Amino acid sequence: MENFQIYREDRWPHMFCPGCGIGTVMSCFQRAFLNKGLDLDRTAFVSGIGCSSRLAGYVYADSLHTTHGRALAFATGLKLAQKDLEVVVFTGDGDLGSIGGNHFIQACRRNMDLFVVCVNNNNYGMTGGQVSSTTWHDYLTTTTPKGNPEYPFDLSRVAATSGANYVARYTTAHPKQLVRVIEEGLGKKGLRFIEAWAACPTYYGRYNKMASPVEHTRWLKENSIHIEQMKVDGKTAEDDIDLQVTGKVTIGVLRDADRMSYLEAIQR
Amino acid sequence: MPEEEVFLQGNEAVVEGALRAGCRFYAGYPICPSTGILETMVMRLPEVGGTVIQMEDEISSIAAVIGAAWGGAKAMTATSGPGFSLMQENLGYAVITETPCVIVDAQRSGPSTGQPTLPSHGDIMQARWGTHGSHSIIALAPSNVQECYDLTIEAFNLSEKYRTPVVLLSDGELAHMRERIVLKDLPIVNREEFPKGPVTFPLGEELGGVSPFPTFGRGHRTHVTGLTHTIVGYPSESIEVQTKLLTRLIGKISDNRKDICKYEVHNPKAEHLIVAYGIPARSAMELVTERADIGLFQPLTIWPFPSKAFRRAAEGKKSVLVVEMNEGHIFREVERHACRAGVEEIELCSKLGGGIPAPEEMLDCISAMEGE
Ligand SMILES: Cc1ncc(C[n+]2csc(CCOP(=O)(O)OP(=O)(O)O)c2C)c(N)n1
Repeated sequence: MENFQIYREDRWPHMFCPGCGIGTVMSCFQRAFLNKGLDLDRTAFVSGIGCSSRLAGYVYADSLHTTHGRALAFATGLKLAQKDLEVVVFTGDGDLGSIGGNHFIQACRRNMDLFVVCVNNNNYGMTGGQVSSTTWHDYLTTTTPKGNPEYPFDLSRVAATSGANYVARYTTAHPKQLVRVIEEGLGKKGLRFIEAWAACPTYYGRYNKMASPVEHTRWLKENSIHIEQMKVDGKTAEDDIDLQVTGKVTIGVLRDADRMSYLEAIQR
Repeated sequence: MPEEEVFLQGNEAVVEGALRAGCRFYAGYPICPSTGILETMVMRLPEVGGTVIQMEDEISSIAAVIGAAWGGAKAMTATSGPGFSLMQENLGYAVITETPCVIVDAQRSGPSTGQPTLPSHGDIMQARWGTHGSHSIIALAPSNVQECYDLTIEAFNLSEKYRTPVVLLSDGELAHMRERIVLKDLPIVNREEFPKGPVTFPLGEELGGVSPFPTFGRGHRTHVTGLTHTIVGYPSESIEVQTKLLTRLIGKISDNRKDICKYEVHNPKAEHLIVAYGIPARSAMELVTERADIGLFQPLTIWPFPSKAFRRAAEGKKSVLVVEMNEGHIFREVERHACRAGVEEIELCSKLGGGIPAPEEMLDCISAMEGE
């Protein structure tokens, strides 16, 4: 079956809500993985806890569904014990940016040879729509009923400035582009970070006047701007770090470096 | 491998034991008095083709160790009180996912930062119950540098045989104490690999409670999760599945005490019995060699507690004295078994300040019991 080329048919139907962006990430990842011709027997999937982190368990390969926030640390040990295994991490914005924030910046700083896909739906989906470290300022969640007083992290910028070799972000309304950057990243060394900015109509959408998947997806599209367009508009690199300046999220390949990876460094 | 006589610190003996046992991955974070293990590993592991990494904290250290175990390595981390507290969640993850690994806790006194350089045995109950949920655990306690070496090998062997995390409870005194020991050529248990091909029951009770290990990257395509899982490895919300899983996980350790538990008995015919583990067992030994009327029961395996062996040792004793460098962590365990063995006088000699109980203090306690 075309649909289950890399996924476990015996675990269908999956647990995700209708309109959830994780489904798009699943199909984009499968397309890229197959295009790249990688071997499921030589790839392992590691994840933390959350809806996005359930992704690892659906892939028909070795997968380690770990504890909340710690996926990158488990993945680091796995990679170092079996250095020629491709290790892919699936994570969410809460898992990676909130509880796992330190592991995130440290893994990027080390330029550890891991491929990381973060589904950023701007809130904690699994626990019912609480504020996360990427929830927008003034947006509503169950734990910010008067609007979020805090400001969001830009996960991709955090990855890039912490030292990840390859960083790209697209929304789930850009499936073709997502496939392209996943494919590109899979062929590289060091830490490669893909942020899939995704819809969560059930919670983030419902509390913020975009309860239908169509409305939520429109919001993603309207609020993102390609990095090349930013340059045309004369915006500086700093502008896109703060959503409140441009009002938009930068998409595209945000960093493509060739710094020595952790494995290269220890195997010299 | 040839045996060798060497002069080592407790921390170094742990490293040598680990290497003999086949440890090839180490992740850790500096904390006194366990830092020597990390620093010695940095020197020694690469010599045998292993990998060491200093992680960003103890949560990630134990996480990396578990990840490495799934990558096929025998793996270990070491820490002390504050770091052991941070490891508790992932210790439970290793329990439920049946991941073989070794965690060394060179105990210092707490709570919190406490006394970084003084020994204590305040983590005995934390090793048993620190992670949430119903579970069993194996924990070993050496009392000298030789035992640091021997029991580290034993810890690896048990972790492989039972597919479980094993905690080695050393302390600040042992960590830095230097003694002449023999690097013995002890038997090594190696991981049994799951038969080739996809895994159909990675965790099944069909195989007598412990399944062979489906190492990642070998085509097993296994799913490992900290959620309650069926024998296929998939998450389950069923009461029946959880009951079966926990019964098996607890039983594979608690029901195998006879194989797991190690202990020593000295002066078995004496009328008074001291129960001591770790450094205090050493002080007790001095007493026991001088006094024929005082015996010693030293559990090397703290968890599961060697209850049957202890009851046999306690039978017919006039008194039992438990010596601990805490407020009495195994005292109640001993008390209930001593009561069942018919002992009437059971007391605790507790030392909290980071000092080591002296033979005279134990003698005073025994005399006081007799005087009552
Ligand atoms: C230590 C710990 N704290 C809290 C939780 C509860 N919890 C489960 S999922 C989750 C949030 C997940 O959010 P995110 O990573 O953004 O994933 P999403 O569900 O939105 O995809 C939380 C807080 C947990 N499992 N473990």
